[in-house]
Amino acid sequence: MLKGVSLEVRPRELLHVAGPNGAGKTTLLRVATGLLRPEQGGVAWLGKSIANTRPEYQWALAYASHEPALKGDLTALENLWFMVGLKRRATLAELRDCLGRTGVAGCADLPVRVLSAGQRRRVVMARVLAARAVLWLLDEPFTNLDAAGSALMSALLEDHVNGGGLALVVAHHDLKLNATQRRLELQG
Amino acid sequence: MWTWFYRLASPPHVYRVAATLIPWFLTAAAFAIGYGAIAGLVFAPPDYQQGDAFRIIYVHAPSGWISMFAYSTMAVAGAIGLIWRIKMGHAVAAAVAPIGASFTVLALVTGSLWGRPMWGTYWAWDPRLTSELILLFLFAGVMSLRPAFEDSNRGDRAAALLSIVGVVNVPIIHYSVLWWNSLHQGATVAKLGKPSMPPSMLLPLLSMMLGFMCFFGAVLCMRLRGEVLNRERQATWVREAIKS
Amino acid sequence: MNVGRPIEAETSVGARRAMMLIMHRELCLSFRRPEQLLQPLVFFLIVTTLFPLGLSVQLSLLRDMAPGVLWVAALLSSLLSLDSLFKNDADDGTLEQLALSGQSLATIVIAKTLAHWLVSGAALVLVSPVVAIGLNIPVSAFATMLLGLALGTLTLSWLGAIGAGLTVGLRRGNVLLSLIVLPLAMPLLIFGAGATDRAISGTSAAGALYFLASLCVFTSTLAPFAAAAALRIALD
Repeated sequence: MLKGVSLEVRPRELLHVAGPNGAGKTTLLRVATGLLRPEQGGVAWLGKSIANTRPEYQWALAYASHEPALKGDLTALENLWFMVGLKRRATLAELRDCLGRTGVAGCADLPVRVLSAGQRRRVVMARVLAARAVLWLLDEPFTNLDAAGSALMSALLEDHVNGGGLALVVAHHDLKLNATQRRLELQG
Repeated sequence: MWTWFYRLASPPHVYRVAATLIPWFLTAAAFAIGYGAIAGLVFAPPDYQQGDAFRIIYVHAPSGWISMFAYSTMAVAGAIGLIWRIKMGHAVAAAVAPIGASFTVLALVTGSLWGRPMWGTYWAWDPRLTSELILLFLFAGVMSLRPAFEDSNRGDRAAALLSIVGVVNVPIIHYSVLWWNSLHQGATVAKLGKPSMPPSMLLPLLSMMLGFMCFFGAVLCMRLRGEVLNRERQATWVREAIKS
Repeated sequence: MNVGRPIEAETSVGARRAMMLIMHRELCLSFRRPEQLLQPLVFFLIVTTLFPLGLSVQLSLLRDMAPGVLWVAALLSSLLSLDSLFKNDADDGTLEQLALSGQSLATIVIAKTLAHWLVSGAALVLVSPVVAIGLNIPVSAFATMLLGLALGTLTLSWLGAIGAGLTVGLRRGNVLLSLIVLPLAMPLLIFGAGATDRAISGTSAAGALYFLASLCVFTSTLAPFAAAAALRIALD
């Protein structure tokens, strides 16, 4: 149970949520998305409570949970098409481009079930990129990534934050990023 | 203005109020059922069509009515818990469910016993009894859904939603069963109709209704107190209450 | 990047387009596993075979039983496939993504349920003449039967969406799903079988069909919100 947690994220800033297992990092992130309603307190975006501005808030955020949240029977491109397409009209070319930027352009037309865990994580990153969201809510985004993948992930985070975006990242290890970072340590 | 409403719904308050209500309900029930039973079972004249068999109406009709009332109470309490997030609403809903189910079973059993001299068989798919049976299934659904969740909060809310969906369906179910029965009206099936009622028959019936309501209220308060203690077992006031 | 920029009208996605997209997704997924589409239909055929085997093959008796047998079999087969309405998405995390897509949960429920009905209920309706012949239902009653089944399976899909939403996170959810949905489905069994019965005996089935249609409309309007509320509870 999370108690007495208060935080704020500003543009061009990344908030790193850290803590031991079971401290409630994922719960905190889910409260931030609006999926979980806290018994006391609330979440505000641009000064307004998200309970009243749900669609606008959801359009502004991109959430990547611990699981890849991809349909195994659809190709990577189809996954992006069906998911991102609910938020904004993206063209297939744009989506292929996003897959290229995360290094899985060759996997675009392969069903996700044949991809490795690292490749799936890159597809998830492509989806986050394609959403063109201002706020990134990421739960352990470096899972399953090799050294090259982790470097890519760091670069993408840096680009996003330095370009004016916000990010709330849950990670159990330190983030070495070339961007403004604050840290919130949750006690177990 | 809403503060007194929320104070009303605080667990220790509910616990105390329920405790004070129980003896009142029980006394009223004793008197009402006492009068109704004696007047109805002994003194009322036998029905010219059904003889003495009709007397089971004094238990059957009130229990049928209470079973419907209990389901509605469960749905309303659940709605209060779901919409206004008042935890005591869920406690009341959880407390009522088994009581309502028991009254439904009582209505079914007494209806079946009533049917024996009328139809020659214990069950002939009479429309009212069939509706009552479906109501029992609805109770079973809600009572199975609540404990199926590991998080009891989620279980409460899911059960509340289901009971609201059920309460909307009850009139639909009732009407469709009536239609179905009119379609298949066999020659031997006579409905469990209420005989036309002179006051000597009607007054005991009303008294039994009132008595059953009071008894329902008493049992509800008793079960509610248990529910409240169980749900609030972490709170300090519970430890004080148990010690005293 | 302007943080406070509102979504421009050209780039936002309306509810209708979102529904088409979700339905397209559901149909893609269903047709990539065709064996899962056929299983409920085969179950439907098997269940209807059980009744003549268990009771009697006397044609007149079959004809009397036929509407009930047909409808019970249709109900049970539909229930089999309803369990997976939300479960697959809930298990792999895509349900959360749908819930965060900016579209209302009711929109998502409507799209998923309609897509589900197209591949299960509608398929059942198409197969029903085969079963009807097996149960000795006269061809003159087919129109009523098909219309009744179409309305009934659609209503059942809506009711099933509520049940599926309530039981999506549970382990043995499919039994509980049936327990919840079947009592609510009894009116449509009564009117659907009643309509077919009247059509067989030659009397007008209009009253029963109208009631079935009104049940369908009533459920269609309210069920999406109830199912959306159930999903919100499950996602919490």
